[in-house]
Amino acid sequence: MTDMVLLGDEAVALGAVHAGLTAAYAYPGTPSTEILEYLVRYEKAHGAPKAAWCTNEKTAYEAALGVSFAGRRTMTSMKHVGLNVAADPFMNSAIVSINGGLVVVVADDPGMHSSQNEQDTRYYADFARIVCLEPANQQEAYEMTREAFDLSERFHIPVLIRIVTRLAHSRAVVRVRDARPQQPVRKASEPSSWILLPANARKQWHDLLARQPTFLEWSEASPFNHLRLNEDRRDLGVITTGIGRNYYLENLDELGFQPSHLHIGAYPAPVELVRRLVGHVGRVLVLEEGYPFVERMLRGIVSPDLEILGKESGHVPPDGELTPDIVRRSLGLKARKGLDAPDITLPNRPPQLCVGCPHADSFDAIKLALAGFATPVVTSDIGCYTLGALPPYSAVESCVCMGASVGMAKGASDAGLRPAVALIGDSTFLHSGVTPLMDAVAADTDMTLIILDNETTAMTGGQPTILPPTRIEKLVLGLGVAPAHCHVITAHHRHTEANREIMRKEIEHTGLSVIIAVRECIETLKSKKKA
Amino acid sequence: MKYDIILAGVGGQGVLSVSAIIASSAMKEGLFVKQSEVHGMSQRGGAVLANLRLADAPIASDLIPLGSASMILSMEPLESLRYLKYLSTDGAVITSTNPMVNIPDYPDLEELLGHIRALPHARLVDGEKLARAAGSARATNMVMVGAASHHLPVKVETLEHYIQTVFAAKGEKIVETNLEAFRSGREAAA
Ligand code: SF4
Repeated sequence: MTDMVLLGDEAVALGAVHAGLTAAYAYPGTPSTEILEYLVRYEKAHGAPKAAWCTNEKTAYEAALGVSFAGRRTMTSMKHVGLNVAADPFMNSAIVSINGGLVVVVADDPGMHSSQNEQDTRYYADFARIVCLEPANQQEAYEMTREAFDLSERFHIPVLIRIVTRLAHSRAVVRVRDARPQQPVRKASEPSSWILLPANARKQWHDLLARQPTFLEWSEASPFNHLRLNEDRRDLGVITTGIGRNYYLENLDELGFQPSHLHIGAYPAPVELVRRLVGHVGRVLVLEEGYPFVERMLRGIVSPDLEILGKESGHVPPDGELTPDIVRRSLGLKARKGLDAPDITLPNRPPQLCVGCPHADSFDAIKLALAGFATPVVTSDIGCYTLGALPPYSAVESCVCMGASVGMAKGASDAGLRPAVALIGDSTFLHSGVTPLMDAVAADTDMTLIILDNETTAMTGGQPTILPPTRIEKLVLGLGVAPAHCHVITAHHRHTEANREIMRKEIEHTGLSVIIAVRECIETLKSKKKA
Repeated sequence: MKYDIILAGVGGQGVLSVSAIIASSAMKEGLFVKQSEVHGMSQRGGAVLANLRLADAPIASDLIPLGSASMILSMEPLESLRYLKYLSTDGAVITSTNPMVNIPDYPDLEELLGHIRALPHARLVDGEKLARAAGSARATNMVMVGAASHHLPVKVETLEHYIQTVFAAKGEKIVETNLEAFRSGREAAA
């Protein structure tokens, strides 16, 4: 056994390596990025296992499925909204008969530190009717990931690990154990289970449903679910899940007694343990990060006389992260107070583009090119350039999901807004912008797509874009964009006037045009120079 | 023993290196450590907050509760005031006086410094000047580790050891600059 200091993300990555991982795939997304980053570094240093960035979460998931089909252990990691992109293979992978262990790690972002929403991935695990593990600390992140591969092979399902920002990006000592070797290639013995034609799929689905009691039985007995009844006190029971337990323990000393406590780290939630707890107490407080997942389940299975305190009752805020202070309040403890702030308003300091960022020069040119139009619309997407929504640029008007800028500009144009301009980064374009561009090509939509090509996935720390800039022009032309209306320009303030002119001309052109504004992110440039 | 530290600054000021050095030193001395940090978009030139918790018993929460931090260690003045509600009433505020002005409404500097001086246990250090004297303005964050070192529950030698380790890959000269920055920060706050 060795002690290592690891981020929650890194503990997951190392747990997978030590479980005999053969290959891992991902698309970067905060707070999940450091999982694959760790594995990429690990592969460089040790030659294995394989770790690769992919075009998007769906392609990553599908590559992982191929590894599992071949009988070897595989992992795909993503942020919560990434699972929406991979939802198609995810939902279907629940009913193929998983061969080599397949672990899906999804990092949720309660509090929306770097995300568009707060969705709770435990619902996806429930939706797919599979098993889900939720670590509460770095050690559990390591242990549960190891265990998840075994479970996946034992139950022939993908196993989902749900972590949250606060665990993903927090460091602590982790005690690691011996690694097991990779498995040999062993093709799925029952390929029909992987052919989801309706006749097979019905059988597989039926089979998955039939195994639900097995999953539940496992979860009732799992050491990750832990019930402690206090025989002397019957007034309050507490249910924690994931890192909710940490905040509970933080306050426990001051409570003066130990309420009966059920911690849930494995799902399906252990119904019997829940029944035993609620049968013992008159009130239950549920502390879980994300949605009221367990709380809602509780409202379905216990007597209406039981008082349930949680997000739905207003005892815990329905949004944002849990904190020790929120949990304190929900336990009825007196609020703590720190030093009083002096009487002065502190301005906010939002994130912003780096000084010299190529996107800033593109925004300048775009604003000039749009001058004088009465109803222009500029849709945007997800990346550093989303910061163009804030002053001093205030240059874009939307940010919804990966690739949406292209589709939304098409819709806005169809609806009659002129001119319609869509902005998207190179990495996001390849992730989810190519397909809506095909729709625009097919219709020769009157819109201008500006691909802001900084040659990297900058916002998550500079992972390589899956195709180099030279290939993006070829791709765009290959989709059928008219060569006369496809331009590659340099995103630099020296060229602002020339760029404005090209943009203006294409914005005035009736029909589809694409402009690729290329200049490398100064951050990746800097780190290359240092290396 | 329990020592909670709020580390504050702006993305790019090296808050995470500060956190890493203190955390590694504490661990070396047998303390339990939890360190929660900021990644991704929120780091890009925005306000950065790291929670660092040291204790001689296992630590449950990654986040520091209100009113319980023993120290706020800030790379610049405005950010040192943002998290006061986390500081215990007898906690220390240690900050560099050099403002990071990347917003249009940055408050008047003298007024800000006045507010900080009025706090019960404040220490202001001209981090940039000392770092320059040591060889590089980029070492301001190590000046601040030095300034904080009087209060931290870890030995000076251990901190110096980890400064060496963290910068070793960048060459002897960078190591020396950062050690010098650390020492001058320590002296300035003595
Ligand atoms: S990281 Fe790169 S793309 Fe992002 S703001 Fe900085 S220079 Fe621009």
